[in-house]
Amino acid sequence: MSISEQDLSQRRWSFPFRVKFETRLEQPRWFSGAISLGAVILALILGGVVLKFVGGDPIRAYSFMVKASFGSLGVLSDTLTKATPLILTGLACAIAFRMRLWNIGAEGQFFLGAFGASAVVLTPLLPPDTSAWLMLPAMMIVGMIAGALWGFIPGFLKARFNVNEIISTLMMNYIAVAWNNFFIFAVWTEGGFQMSPQFPKTAWLPRLTDFGKDIPAFRGLTTHLGLIFGLVAAAIVWWIVYRSRWGYEIRLIGDNPRAAKYAGINIMRNTILVMMLSGALAGLGGMSEISGVVHRLQGAISPGYGFTGIIIAWLAKLNPFLIVPISILFGGLILAGREIQPSGIPMLIQGIILVCLIASDFLLRYRIRIVKLAREA
Amino acid sequence: MDLIIILQAGVASGTVLLFATIGEIFTERSGILNLGVEGMMLIGAMSAISTAFATGNPWLGVLVAMLVAGLLSQVHALVSIHFQADQVVSGLALTFLGTGLSLVFGEGLSKAGALSLLPTFTIPGLTQIPILGPILFTNQSVMVYIGYLSVPLAWYYINRTRPGMHLRAVGEFPAAADALGINVTRLRYFYVFVGGVFAGLSGATISLAISPGWFSQLTTSGQGWIAIGLVIFAQWDPVRAALGSYAFGALRRSILDIQGPTTLLGLRNPFYYNPYWGFFLQMLPYAFTILVLVLGSREAVRKRLGAPAALGLPYIRGERGL
Amino acid sequence: MNDDKNAVEMEGISKQFPGVLANDDVDFTLRKGEIHALLGENGAGKSTLMNILTGLYRQDGGRIFVHGKQVEFRSPRDAINHGIGMVHQHFMLVPSQTVTENILLGLDEPKFRLNISHYEKIIADLGKRYGLHVDPGLKIWQLSVGEQQRVEILKMLYRGTDVLIMDEPTAVLAPQEIEELFKTMRSMTEEGKSIVFISHKLDEVMAIADRITVLRKGKVSAEGVITADTNKQHLAELMVGRKVLFRLEKADSTPGEKVLVVEDLLAENDKGLPALKGVSLNVCSGEIVGLAGVAGNGQTELAEVITGLRPVSGGCVRVHGETLIDERKSSGRGVGQVRRVIEAGVSHIPEDRTHVGSAPNLSVTDNIIMKGYREPPIAKGWSVDHVVAKEHAEKLRDEYEIMAPTVETHARLLSGGNLQRLILAREISSEPDLMIAMQPTRGLDVGAIEGVQRLLLAQRENGAAILLVSEELEELIALSDRIYTIYEGEIMGEVKEAEPEILGLMMTGTRLEDIDGVEEVEL
Repeated sequence: MSISEQDLSQRRWSFPFRVKFETRLEQPRWFSGAISLGAVILALILGGVVLKFVGGDPIRAYSFMVKASFGSLGVLSDTLTKATPLILTGLACAIAFRMRLWNIGAEGQFFLGAFGASAVVLTPLLPPDTSAWLMLPAMMIVGMIAGALWGFIPGFLKARFNVNEIISTLMMNYIAVAWNNFFIFAVWTEGGFQMSPQFPKTAWLPRLTDFGKDIPAFRGLTTHLGLIFGLVAAAIVWWIVYRSRWGYEIRLIGDNPRAAKYAGINIMRNTILVMMLSGALAGLGGMSEISGVVHRLQGAISPGYGFTGIIIAWLAKLNPFLIVPISILFGGLILAGREIQPSGIPMLIQGIILVCLIASDFLLRYRIRIVKLAREA
Repeated sequence: MDLIIILQAGVASGTVLLFATIGEIFTERSGILNLGVEGMMLIGAMSAISTAFATGNPWLGVLVAMLVAGLLSQVHALVSIHFQADQVVSGLALTFLGTGLSLVFGEGLSKAGALSLLPTFTIPGLTQIPILGPILFTNQSVMVYIGYLSVPLAWYYINRTRPGMHLRAVGEFPAAADALGINVTRLRYFYVFVGGVFAGLSGATISLAISPGWFSQLTTSGQGWIAIGLVIFAQWDPVRAALGSYAFGALRRSILDIQGPTTLLGLRNPFYYNPYWGFFLQMLPYAFTILVLVLGSREAVRKRLGAPAALGLPYIRGERGL
Repeated sequence: MNDDKNAVEMEGISKQFPGVLANDDVDFTLRKGEIHALLGENGAGKSTLMNILTGLYRQDGGRIFVHGKQVEFRSPRDAINHGIGMVHQHFMLVPSQTVTENILLGLDEPKFRLNISHYEKIIADLGKRYGLHVDPGLKIWQLSVGEQQRVEILKMLYRGTDVLIMDEPTAVLAPQEIEELFKTMRSMTEEGKSIVFISHKLDEVMAIADRITVLRKGKVSAEGVITADTNKQHLAELMVGRKVLFRLEKADSTPGEKVLVVEDLLAENDKGLPALKGVSLNVCSGEIVGLAGVAGNGQTELAEVITGLRPVSGGCVRVHGETLIDERKSSGRGVGQVRRVIEAGVSHIPEDRTHVGSAPNLSVTDNIIMKGYREPPIAKGWSVDHVVAKEHAEKLRDEYEIMAPTVETHARLLSGGNLQRLILAREISSEPDLMIAMQPTRGLDVGAIEGVQRLLLAQRENGAAILLVSEELEELIALSDRIYTIYEGEIMGEVKEAEPEILGLMMTGTRLEDIDGVEEVEL
């Protein structure tokens, strides 16, 4: 089996190039963003190919989508409305992922937040004529507590029993839907329809359109106070992660749990706290959607905000301030996607984006060099 | 609530979980974590039923389902193995991808037409065995019987054959396998494919045998995720996987049956008179999965067992420990 | 070039990695039936060269000849098929599988079915032939380190390799086991096999090798030198490129009061087996106390217990008279222990600087404040004052000469030596009363080693109490004022004037009082 000089010339033709992967030692600042952008563009192209395959027209579909989400003040406002819960679920996922806690349960925590907020109104914990100044904060707090509880359970199970949080948070999603359904169908049902009665006006988050009488330009705009919640939450989460002592601990645990233990950090306690914070953020998203958009509790309150939040967090590289603009883009995607047939397109595009994104991370760490193989005489 | 009926239906329903779990066991044993089982099952279910509608041949549907899911799994393999992406996120992406693709291509499927299903039959002779006969061998889908065979075959392959030994080595200590000339990359691609094929088989079992039809995402309703949890419960062993899968199948059937009769254990059946309590019953499989994970983790700590040591870690040749 | 007397010839080998030229036009010749040592410091290129020979890497330039014929290895399997095999420093054994399964791994037979008992017998016979006794039915995790090494060697012999490359094989062996290994090596060469012995330990190289090749910074500084023609001093110079001092300046010690007192510690290892069986020792301020012992005899667990990373089942640890660790405080999840130890002024230089001592994707600054982020001025209320932290990091970077482009650089981009300097900077700058230093010079080049040793001595002069655990006996002897020896979780003895033979005996299980010719001296 050894190769003598004669054998070499008789060898079968083999690929004349060798592809070498070399570790990249440093990268310019703009590189990371450019790669991510390239990944998204590639994903959109691939999505277009699939669209073509199913008999659609990708160019028309995409341009329609852009117009349908950003084409006028009205749709822009609707896009922002869709972006609001995304910002919050994106933040929820981002802070958990910082600690390598894979919270796939933002969807369920969102549902519980909606439940908590509804409970304030429907039980009723506060009478319907309570001032909005009391009602809304109460809904926020209860919504966040409910979401935090839904995050606490898998967090505790992980800390205490090392239960895989991916599966446990996912299971909690299904349980949350059933939980809400029970209350929607059996306890708070209105006239046999599968929804609760509409909330009193004091339980509605103020929307731009509410000021339409004074400012005509605002008429019909659905953007609501929840957007402010999202922006404030992004700033708070940024401060927590990058400036606070707690954030330092979170980042250290996420990067190397053994080193965190060596530094005297309590990993179990942080697991629980971070999951609770994550759940609270998603829960706030649920409350804001219920109180700002739907104004009642019903089964269909989320087209997968919790799952899209995962992609947003990853695309933003877990940076809270990047989550805001990316949420707006995805908000547009979801808004426009509602009117596109087939209905699976938005989810498919999100999946393709995620795949292209994680594949592109490779380029950040390695350089590709193609070496021409020279025959040795 | 006939116990025999529940177990009989449980075995049938559990076969779906069994295939998916065994497939994921093969994948994880090689060191790759594939969380995209739900997506692969869905696309398997959709491909199976769509092919069966188009050709009238359910077996062709099964074959196509296995191939399509296997192909989809290679996306995850490429991204995880060659691009060394985080396997958790890659698996989630695969779920989105599989779910999205199956929704897109499955549009309008439920209205397609008459469906020829996979055959069901009874095994003469074996069906006479007291208790076990009616449960295991009477009027079961052919897939169930295939499921029975797959358990000992999978076990034997993993534990008693040379390729199985290589599989285990690649998942435990890929560097050692590599140094001895085993192609870690090729084996991992292969076993991810095997996992995909089984997931596709599982999906086909749903849409062409156990719960025929196409109901978009509700076709699988999270069973792919339950399968991943079962892998941990099974401690990566096909025999335990079978026990867990069939137990879960029985649980799902019981949940349905428990809402039927007017009396339960001699008392007024609360689930019959308050049908909305059924929602709490719906939670059971998912709550049970969590319970199963807790039990599995505690046992692993006690027996010092655990996942394949290299699970989820990309293997790069030349990277040493310290 | 078609000399049949040579088992292996490597000609003009070059290999480039990003940022470093690991092998630069290296020539290496291995004669049949010889033991040829490949000498060089960490990072000199020895492992790279041998990895190329065993097919793990491909060379960028140069040719390889095996028994006179030119070869091109595309994978480790090619090399093995040519009779070249490597016994790695870090064993490539699957812990959960048996000896037999590990030896059979990667082979084409048995075809499909594993009939284990047939192969167990073959392997047992093979072991007897070469004096490598191992039970083929045991799982790897059940074996001792020395036995595992035997499995590695058997793995290669089973495949009929006649060129064996041994990468730092003595790192995990006690002196007596090293002797046995050398015997095995000589019996293999008598059968016509050729051995490459990679090492950085000059004594061993002088003892066992027929010829020596020295690598320095990727280049050959001496090729095929006959052992009889050289000495340690000469070799050290070839390795390092300048005259090397083997002595360190060490002032006399004036130990103060006891800072660390460990009493009758009982603890289990990760497998649930007893790792510490009643260990007692003490360290006073202003002294360095060494802990000698072959790796795996409890040193790691002892350090983990003292620093709070591992629970105890009996005994106690006292610092400055205050009980920090005992059975009661260890119960529960035991998380508060590490905090308590850190707050008591105890520094810990961990054994594993990449997986325990640092966070690879965090900046130098973030790594430096790992122990101090809770205290002002780095802590400010609930936050971390990033300006103060950055200044602190920059100050330490200059003081300890940590080579990093900026303090924002991620820790994983630092070289081993610089990472260790970072850790030392962190652990020393807090001016600890007690330092637990685990293998502080492992994997560093000679210059870095000297630097670390000087820092430790400086701390000693400042009055710190230092517990030093090291696998380099020479280093322990040079630095320590007193040395304990640990074997299988028990202290075998404590000596002030260290002699390698006595330490070696204790390291392999003989208690001090049982050694002939040793008088009980009042310490």
